[in-house]
Amino acid sequence: MMLALEMYRSPAKYLAAKAVGGRIPGVLTGPAAPLRLVTINEPKAEREGWARIRPILSGICGSDLGMVTGSTKLYFSAVVSMPFVPGHEIVGELLDDCEDLPKGTRVVMDSVLTCAARGVEPCEGCVSGNTNRCDRITVGHVAPGLQTGFCRDTGGGWGNLVVAHRSQLYAVPDGMSDERAVLVEPLAGAVHAALRAKVQPGQSVLVSGAGAVGLFTTLALRELTQAGRITVVAKHAKQRELARAFGASDVVAPDEVFRGVRRSTGAFRLKQDFSGGEFLLGGVDVAVDAVGSKNSIDTVLRVTKAGGRVVLSGMPASGADLSPVWFRELEVTGTYASAREEPNGRPAFETALELAGRAPLDGIVGARYPLYRWREALDHAHSAGRLGTVKVAFDVRAS
Amino acid sequence: MARPGFVLEVDDRTPPLIVHNGEGFLLERFPLGTRVVYPPEALPAVRDVDEAIQNALLNPIESEPLPELLRPGMRLTIAFDDISLPLPPMKKPDIRQRVIEAVLELAAQAGVDDVELISANALHRRLTPNELRDIVGERVFRSFFPDGKLYNFDAEDRDNLTHLGQTRHGEDVEISKRAAESDLLVYVNVNLVAMDGGHKSTSIGLASYKSLKHHHNSQTMIHSRSFMDHKASKMHHSAWRMGEVLTEHVKVFQIETTLSNDIFGGPIEFLQKREWEWSLKDQASMLGTKRALAAAPAKVRHKIFTDVRANYGLTGVNAGAIEPVHEKTLEMVHRQHLVEVQGQADVGVIGVPYLGPYNVNSVMNPILAACMGMGYHFNSYRGNPIVRKDGALILYHPVPYEFSQLHHPSYVDFFEEVLAESTDPATIEAKFEKQYAEDPWYIHLYRTSYAYHGVHPFYMWYWISHCLDHCGDVVWVGANRKTVERMGFRSASTLQDALEMVSHSVGRSPSITYLHNPPHLIADVR
Repeated sequence: MMLALEMYRSPAKYLAAKAVGGRIPGVLTGPAAPLRLVTINEPKAEREGWARIRPILSGICGSDLGMVTGSTKLYFSAVVSMPFVPGHEIVGELLDDCEDLPKGTRVVMDSVLTCAARGVEPCEGCVSGNTNRCDRITVGHVAPGLQTGFCRDTGGGWGNLVVAHRSQLYAVPDGMSDERAVLVEPLAGAVHAALRAKVQPGQSVLVSGAGAVGLFTTLALRELTQAGRITVVAKHAKQRELARAFGASDVVAPDEVFRGVRRSTGAFRLKQDFSGGEFLLGGVDVAVDAVGSKNSIDTVLRVTKAGGRVVLSGMPASGADLSPVWFRELEVTGTYASAREEPNGRPAFETALELAGRAPLDGIVGARYPLYRWREALDHAHSAGRLGTVKVAFDVRAS
Repeated sequence: MARPGFVLEVDDRTPPLIVHNGEGFLLERFPLGTRVVYPPEALPAVRDVDEAIQNALLNPIESEPLPELLRPGMRLTIAFDDISLPLPPMKKPDIRQRVIEAVLELAAQAGVDDVELISANALHRRLTPNELRDIVGERVFRSFFPDGKLYNFDAEDRDNLTHLGQTRHGEDVEISKRAAESDLLVYVNVNLVAMDGGHKSTSIGLASYKSLKHHHNSQTMIHSRSFMDHKASKMHHSAWRMGEVLTEHVKVFQIETTLSNDIFGGPIEFLQKREWEWSLKDQASMLGTKRALAAAPAKVRHKIFTDVRANYGLTGVNAGAIEPVHEKTLEMVHRQHLVEVQGQADVGVIGVPYLGPYNVNSVMNPILAACMGMGYHFNSYRGNPIVRKDGALILYHPVPYEFSQLHHPSYVDFFEEVLAESTDPATIEAKFEKQYAEDPWYIHLYRTSYAYHGVHPFYMWYWISHCLDHCGDVVWVGANRKTVERMGFRSASTLQDALEMVSHSVGRSPSITYLHNPPHLIADVR
């Protein structure tokens, strides 16, 4: 038996969380949340290539919060299996030998449950190395679930035990702290986003949002591409400071995006009738939305130059105005998780592990909570930007 | 006979004094011993304006009479000062209208039919058709505007600029092609303060950025002492050199007019008077106005002030060759504005009014407020500033966070972006000026909308560089704390607090000089 936070099916609580979740954090983690701390059976690692892992730190991701607050789209309901233990940003210790990785190895996990993990014939995505595009995430010998942390059978990082397939695991180098290692999964996502952005040398980039996704994407863009000016939209003081440390050339407040991008790119700024909404003729070559809100997506679409590229990195909301996509012939692309074979020919996790080793990431994990203080942890994560924190994590061993 | 300027020493019988404070005013009780510099009263106006104009045109200084310069088939261009002068705008008819009508009449008599009129706005915003009409009058407007013969100068219209050459200091002289290729360029000036007129009219008013950048820069501005004395101002030295080049190519007939200090009339006439001489009616007007302004919504207050039109009397009109005409002009302007002040003070106090050259029919944004207080009023001296070196300057203005996106789009960016990085004029000049000057959006708005050129906020900031260099402390009374902080200054709630804040540099019993303007004055500090 193990202690774990469990997400369970409760339409009433889902609706309640959807109604108030994003606005009143205290309520979302109270009685309204479809989440509970329970003692449950440990997941089993009975098939070849699978092993048990004892999580050390497990991060709280924006997608986890979206789920708890009911802002995740019902689209995803078909690719999860209830009840499940959330948590996919994990650094943990192997409790079993796992092929070439001996018991006791510290590992991080690519959470996507691909064909290899499910024991099925590889799909087109997995064959090509685009494992994050796997089409078999609902079949095989594991219950449906797009990732560990959304699957009934594997457990998740917000519990005392999780099982994983060898194809998901990467050994953490000696000397790398747990606090850095737990950031490898989101860093891998950022590596993937930065490479998907296909930034050409000298091109201007806008990153909307300076939470963990936005900051890490900024870092990855600066490290892995020859981007020219990178403008980051940051709301809070600490975010502004970190954005600069991670390679932003300019940092603008959300209400200054049009002004800042217009200035830095020499674009023309127009105001539409009635609503007062603005847009640019000209703008950045590439924009990355790392928020997912309607406002943020609207903004990146409106400040990207004609023929430019918009990368949706945050889980998108509905209702964005797609007129600029049509009118400015924008290329809109999504980025989800990370791939086994990125455009640079390497798994994103390998690149992320290198970044985690050398980037200025000290203090990025700004708070650690035991599982039984999950309400405070989620409240903190929900207000992380305002509180000057980038990443909140569960200290699973302390639970 | 008008009374000259006057310096009052505040004693225990001195009543509270009016201090201009944006769109309103305060009654401030100054510390005992404060010296208050009052402007001279309005000089008597010329009785027959049309006769004075005719006389100037027919009997010019060091030039043939205007009729002798006009001939059929010639190309005549009349350039005139834009809306930045006079302040406040004058009641109709504008003096420029009367001069232009007189010139056009002579031109018509001489059979000149190729005439164009240009508002010499340099990098200032274009004037709207109504604003042009207010300056030149209905008759001239209707005759020339519909045919495109009355228009704003466009410093970004590359096809219509002419590079006349360089001065001996390597400064480019690039001006309006029409003006440069005219057989005669008549310039119609309004000289409200001694900074205007002379070679500044043509070589600045009709010039492009390529030309202007040679003197509108931080180094020149910091060494221009004072702007009110063209012989001591590096900016003027440069303009004069350019003027020499310009006049080698173009025959210029300069017409300069000078105005009296008669600004505030009607219910706000008390603003013209010295407080202890207020009649009961003045006191009642003052109290009524003060309360009404305090109670009025911001929009109403703004409208009240933007509607103010000054009475101004014409005190002189001179025409002919630029330099001798300007000498005459300066003589008259100084007679109207100079007030002798003995010695500098530890602290200077200035009330910044609601209006400056660059917010006519618009709003005074924080940069313009700084420019008015620290650029214009601080520099309103001859000889030495009223404040000693490293002394303190205390300014009154609410400095709200308020910008006109129509008129000042680049100012918003300058405030948010440039000043966030540095407030040092030389630093921002090196890092940002070119970007702003060449920004295609600002250029587009300058050419097609009613926006000041992208580089204009830089010029406003350079304008204050002498004050920044000279004063140890600058404190704004009653100002928005955030806006003045962004500009590198401090804000105090009251004069007493401001004096407390500057006491570390000027002591607890500093000497204080309060410039009681407007009406305009120039402190002749000996």
